[in-house]
Amino acid sequence: MNTHTLSGGFADAPIQSAQAFRAILDAMARPGKIMALHGAAPPAPLSMAAGVALLTLTDATTPLHLAGAADCAPVRDWVAFHIGARLVKAGDAAFALGTWAALQPVTRFATGLPDYPDRSATLIVEMDRLTNHGPTLTGPGIETATWLSLPETAAFRANRALFPMGFDCLFTCGSRIAGLPRSTKVEAL
Amino acid sequence: MNDATPEPAYNFAYLDEQTKRMIRRAILKGIAVPGYQVPFASREMPMPYGWGTGGVQVTAACLVPEDRLKVIDQGADDTTNAVSIRRFFARTAGVATTTRTADATLIQTRHRIPETPLHAGQILVYQVPIPEPLRFLEPRETETRKMHELEEYGLMHVKLYEDIARHGQIATSYAYPVKVSGRYVMDPSPIPKFDNPKLSDSPAIQLFGAGREQRIYALPPYTKVVSLDFDDHPFTASKAAHVCDLCGARASYLDEVITDDLGGRMFVCSDTDFCTDRQAHGKRGRLSAPISGGAA
Amino acid sequence: MYVAVKGGERAIDNAHAWLAEERRGDPSVPELSVAQIREQMRLAVNRVMAEGSLFDPDLAALAIKQSRGDLIEAVFLLRAYRTTLPRLASSHPVDTGAMAVDRRISATFKDLPGGQVLGPTFDYTHRLLDFKLAAEGTVPPAPQTATTAAPVPHVMDILNRDGLIEAATPDNTLPPDLTREPMELPAARALRLQAITRGDEGFILSMAYSTQRGYGRTHAFVGELRIGHVAVEVDIPELGFAVEIGEIELSECETVNQFSGSRTQPAQFTRGYGLVFGQSERKAIAMSLVDRALRWQELGEDFTGAPAQDEEFVLMHADNVQATGFLEHIKLPHYVDFQAELELVRRLRADAIALQEAAE
Repeated sequence: MNTHTLSGGFADAPIQSAQAFRAILDAMARPGKIMALHGAAPPAPLSMAAGVALLTLTDATTPLHLAGAADCAPVRDWVAFHIGARLVKAGDAAFALGTWAALQPVTRFATGLPDYPDRSATLIVEMDRLTNHGPTLTGPGIETATWLSLPETAAFRANRALFPMGFDCLFTCGSRIAGLPRSTKVEAL
Repeated sequence: MNDATPEPAYNFAYLDEQTKRMIRRAILKGIAVPGYQVPFASREMPMPYGWGTGGVQVTAACLVPEDRLKVIDQGADDTTNAVSIRRFFARTAGVATTTRTADATLIQTRHRIPETPLHAGQILVYQVPIPEPLRFLEPRETETRKMHELEEYGLMHVKLYEDIARHGQIATSYAYPVKVSGRYVMDPSPIPKFDNPKLSDSPAIQLFGAGREQRIYALPPYTKVVSLDFDDHPFTASKAAHVCDLCGARASYLDEVITDDLGGRMFVCSDTDFCTDRQAHGKRGRLSAPISGGAA
Repeated sequence: MYVAVKGGERAIDNAHAWLAEERRGDPSVPELSVAQIREQMRLAVNRVMAEGSLFDPDLAALAIKQSRGDLIEAVFLLRAYRTTLPRLASSHPVDTGAMAVDRRISATFKDLPGGQVLGPTFDYTHRLLDFKLAAEGTVPPAPQTATTAAPVPHVMDILNRDGLIEAATPDNTLPPDLTREPMELPAARALRLQAITRGDEGFILSMAYSTQRGYGRTHAFVGELRIGHVAVEVDIPELGFAVEIGEIELSECETVNQFSGSRTQPAQFTRGYGLVFGQSERKAIAMSLVDRALRWQELGEDFTGAPAQDEEFVLMHADNVQATGFLEHIKLPHYVDFQAELELVRRLRADAIALQEAAE
C-alpha cells in the first residue's frame, strides 16, 4: 500500500458526495447532458469523474468489477481503502468500471430480473472523449433529442430492447460525466 | 429564511453516508426505469411512518448545502407537518428554505403539485403512503409484483370500468393511476386528479418516496405520463367550479373553507404561494380586502 | 382551523412546551429517575428493547420516561435512535445452551436434567391488588440457595437424541437483515423470525392465540422456556479471536408441535421457535407458535386460510412503529383529497338528480 492509496478520497464526504450525487442524478435523469464532477484524485488510469462516481455510489455492499487497465494494484488498493467494495467477476457486479473495450462483452453484466429490473449493473465507462456529437438519443429525460459520443450503437439498442431490464451506463472522461439509462433509444446519426 | 442553525450532533442531512448511498442508488435505478417501484431499506426516521418518512429520506439523499428547500402539505407552506419537515432539514442540513415555488431548488410535497410551472433546475419529491397502484385491487405484494412484470393491468381497467357502469363516470378523484412511458402503471401519490397533467413532460425531476412501504420511484424530466381512461370516457382534470375568493384565480385548485355554521363558505387557492404572489401583484377576489395605499 | 393559518411554527413550539409540562406532571410529586424505571419497570423496558431491536436498558428506560409510558412511542424513539448508530461488528450467534438460567421450565416433562426452575414469575401469584405496595417499604430479601454449576441442556436436544423431533441443523449462511434490506417475500424463516421478534407483542399474541383456537392449529406444547443471561462474543480482527463484550438477557421458547410422517416416513414432532430480548416470556411463547404456523409449506401442511399461516399478512402488519405511524397519519390534513371527493360526490348527485327529474 503506497501513500497514494490513502489519499484521493473526499475531504468532506457528506458534502462532496451530496454535490456529486446531484450531478450524477442530473446526468442519469437527462441522458446525454454532460456534467462535471470534482473532489477525488484516484490513481491512474481512473479519471477523476470515475473516482468520484465510485466514492459516491459504491461501498462494501456493492460488488464491483474492475475491467482491463482499471484492474491494477493501485486501483484495487485505492478501492479497498476508500470504498471497501468486494471485487467480483463481471456477472456478479452491481457496478463495473473500465473502458468500453475492456468491458466487452457487455452481455456479461446483470440486467435485472423481470420482476426486479432494478437488480442490474451500472457500468462506469471510461472514455477518451465525451462530447455532444454522435448517435441520437431520445426517450425519458430528453425533451426532443440529443447527441452523445457513444462508442457504438448496437449494444445500446440491444440493451434498450430488454426494457424494463437492462444495464445503465455512466460515461466518464476527465472531470466530465454523462448518463445513459436503459430507457434511452439510441440511433446512429 | 432560515429556521434554525444546523445541529452539529448529526451528519449532514441526518442520515449516515452508507444509508444515503443506498437511497441514491435506488433513486438512480428508479430514474432508469421510470414508474417502477424500487425496493429500498427504508430507515426509521425521527418522524412517524405515514408522515413523510419516504419523502424525507429521498430529500435527505438529494440535498446539497446550496439548495433552497420548500416544503408543502396540501399545497400550503404553513401546514404543521410542512413546518415540521422544513425545520428538520434547516436543523440537520442547514439549508436555506423558501416558500416561493420559483425560487426553490428542491420541493418536498404532500398531496399537491405547485401551480407555478416547475423548471429544469428543480427536483420535486413526493411523500407517498401506498406506492402500489394495484394494492386496493390485490392486497398481496407477491401478486402485484407479478402483474407489473407481465404488464397485466386488466384489473385496473375493470375497476375503472365498474365505476362507469355504476356512476356513469370514473369515480376516482385523487391518487388517480397513470401509465408511465407506455410501460408501468404508477400511483402519483394522493394528489387530486386535477394535478395529473402536470406530471407529464415536466422539465423538473420528480422523485417519489414511500418509507413504510420501502419503495422509491421516479419520473425523469420530459417523461410521458398518461392518466388511465377510456376512449368514450376520457380523463378530465376537475376542480371546484369557482374562482379563488382571495386572488380571483380561475384555474387553480381550490380549498373549500367553511366560514360559519349557516352554510357560508369561501373558496381559496390550495397553493398558498401561488395565491399570495397573485395578491401581491394586485389580483383580487370576491372577499379580498380592498387595495389600500400601503402594503396589504 | 389548525392549518392554513400563519403561526404553525409557534403552535408547534407551544404544543411541545405543554407536552413537556404534562410529562412532568405535578411538580410536588418527586420526579422519576431513569434508573428507577430501568429497575422497577423492567418488563416494560424489556418490551421496548425487544420491539425497538436495541438492547440497552438505560436508553429504553429513558425512552419510556420521555414517552410518558406510551410503550409504542418509546419503541419508536429507540428505533429512531438506533438508525443513527454505525454497525461496528456482528456478534457470534449466542449460545442459549450455555445460558445462566434464572427461569427454566418444561411442560413436556415432569422433571429433567437441570431441573424445573420457576424463577421470578407471576405464574402462581394470586392477582390480588397488593395494597402494601401503595405504601413505600422495603422488601425482605428472597431466600437464596447455592447454584450448581451443572449444565442445563436444551430439552429439544434430549428429544432429538431419539430422533423424535425434527432435526434443527446449524446453518452458517448469512441471514438477511431486516433492518438493512427491504422486506422481500416470500421470506426465509430467518427473516420471518426477525420480523416476529421485533413485532408488536399484542399482535403476535393475538396471532398465536388464533392458532390455539383453530385458525391454523399446530398442537403446541412448551417443550422448554428458558430465561437468563448469555454472553455476546465478537471477533476482534486485530486479536484473531473472539472476546466477550457483555451479556444480554434473553427469553427463549421452543415448542413441540404436532407430528408429521407417514407409513414409510417415521413420525416426528415438529418445532416452533421464539427468542426475545429480556424477560419477555409471553412474547417468546407467542413467537414460537406463530413461527410454527408460518412453516406450513415447508412441512407439507395445508394452507387453511388462517391469518397466522399467511406470511405476507403477518409480516406486513406486525410492526407497531409502521402500523401506528400509518394509522395516526390520517389525522394529518387531507383536505385537498377530501375536496376532490366532495366535488365528485356533488357531481354524481347532480347527475343522478337530473336523471331522476328527467324521468319524472
